Amino acid sequence: MSKASKTKEELTFEESLNRLEQIVEVLEAGNASLDESIKLYEEGMTLAKSCMTRLNEAKLKLKKIQKNAGGALEESDIEN
Amino acid sequence: MNEESSIPFEGERASRSAESVLKVRDLTRLAKEVLENSFPSVIVEGEISNFKRHMPSGHLYFTLKDEEAQVRCVMWRSDAARVRFDVADGMKVIVKGRVSLYEPRGDFQLYAVSLVPAGQGALQLAFEQMKKKLEEEGLFSEEHKKPLPRFPSRIGIVTSLEGAAVRDIISVIGRRFPAVELLIFPVKVQGDGAAEEVAAAIRDINKMSDLDVLIVGRGGGSLEDLWAFNEEIVARAIYASKIPVVSAVGHQVDFTISDFVADVRAATPSAAAELVVPDRMEVTAGIASAMRVIRRAVGQNIDRLELELEKLSHHYALRQPLSLVDQKSQMVDELARRMESQTQFYVETVENKLSAFTKHLNALSPAAVLARGYAIVEDSRGIVSSVRKLNIGDQATIRLSDGTLDSQITGKHEQGI
Repeated sequence: MSKASKTKEELTFEESLNRLEQIVEVLEAGNASLDESIKLYEEGMTLAKSCMTRLNEAKLKLKKIQKNAGGALEESDIEN
Repeated sequence: MNEESSIPFEGERASRSAESVLKVRDLTRLAKEVLENSFPSVIVEGEISNFKRHMPSGHLYFTLKDEEAQVRCVMWRSDAARVRFDVADGMKVIVKGRVSLYEPRGDFQLYAVSLVPAGQGALQLAFEQMKKKLEEEGLFSEEHKKPLPRFPSRIGIVTSLEGAAVRDIISVIGRRFPAVELLIFPVKVQGDGAAEEVAAAIRDINKMSDLDVLIVGRGGGSLEDLWAFNEEIVARAIYASKIPVVSAVGHQVDFTISDFVADVRAATPSAAAELVVPDRMEVTAGIASAMRVIRRAVGQNIDRLELELEKLSHHYALRQPLSLVDQKSQMVDELARRMESQTQFYVETVENKLSAFTKHLNALSPAAVLARGYAIVEDSRGIVSSVRKLNIGDQATIRLSDGTLDSQITGKHEQGI
């Protein structure tokens, strides 16, 4: 995942989980200040909940790739 | 046929019609027709010798022989392209073809359309040869293999839209980890041109930068059916792919060249689907455990914070609002008490007034007046309230509190006003 310049809302599932793991590590190390750990707590909980939601509410998206007349690749939705 | 096969002597020429004297080209043409009509399709087993691949035409020339005879063979490039193993002298083969005659030399020849090794399967041999070749080139090297992403978000699938493979993959991923996009690149997976389509699809998909992993494959079938995935062109496309490739061809027992080149080999298309996505349940459990760890880890800080709050809550400034509430509540109690006593007072007042009123009423009753020493004078018409209503000698009754007196008026004194 080398997608550059992403805002927080655009984190992929993998990026979210990686961040969550990072937060767990920092908090477990126990060096964070109160302020910091409250912030990490909030961020971690938000990430965890959004990941859970994504997992539980996600519906498989199916697409077909085809070459158009010009030779370019086109994506089109297909019914599951 | 007999006529043509008996070559006319010069001496007989005059006695025969001019047409019956054949030119060489006529003879070879006639012989060619006979051969072609007699042997439109034959299958011959023999050993290859004098093998030559003509360049640049690509046609194959060889002799097929056994202990007692031999026949020249030709295989045109279009047919030769379908030969899946490297032909060499000494190889025992089975040739399928038609018989004809090469007129410029008058040679009778076998025009081969297919060539398979006798004994060992042609495809098997071709497979072994291709495998050896690509292995030596380093296409299967472990160092070249790319790891699969842990959580792909866009998954490409190169397969047929009609096959069981695509259905299996969709169903497994849908159940295991539906938080992804599946991009299906439909291709022909068997028959002529299948390998080219698969290879082109892999190359094309690599132009799309945002795919995380690629599944290339098809469902089960015969070795022939799976052949496209043993073709060099597919192997090279997989090797060149920047996107990690999972090969998923046929069943557990089927191994293809694609399997060796791919970054990961899956036994079946379903297995490929399980390899590329994690199990949602496991991920969910992982997230839940992360949440627990986070809660526990900040627990100490939270506890400290609570202690702080506890201390602060004892501070006068924070207690002040509470005492205000206490005051208000006291006031409410007071008011309630006062209201209660007020009501009581009112009730008592009313009761007192009632009692006084009753006494007053009693005071007005005639009996009470008589009891105080007054008398009522009555005659036959009722109460006499004026001296003028009685004359001397009239009878009157005097009512006192304890009885009546009968009397007769003997005198009368009108009070002056």
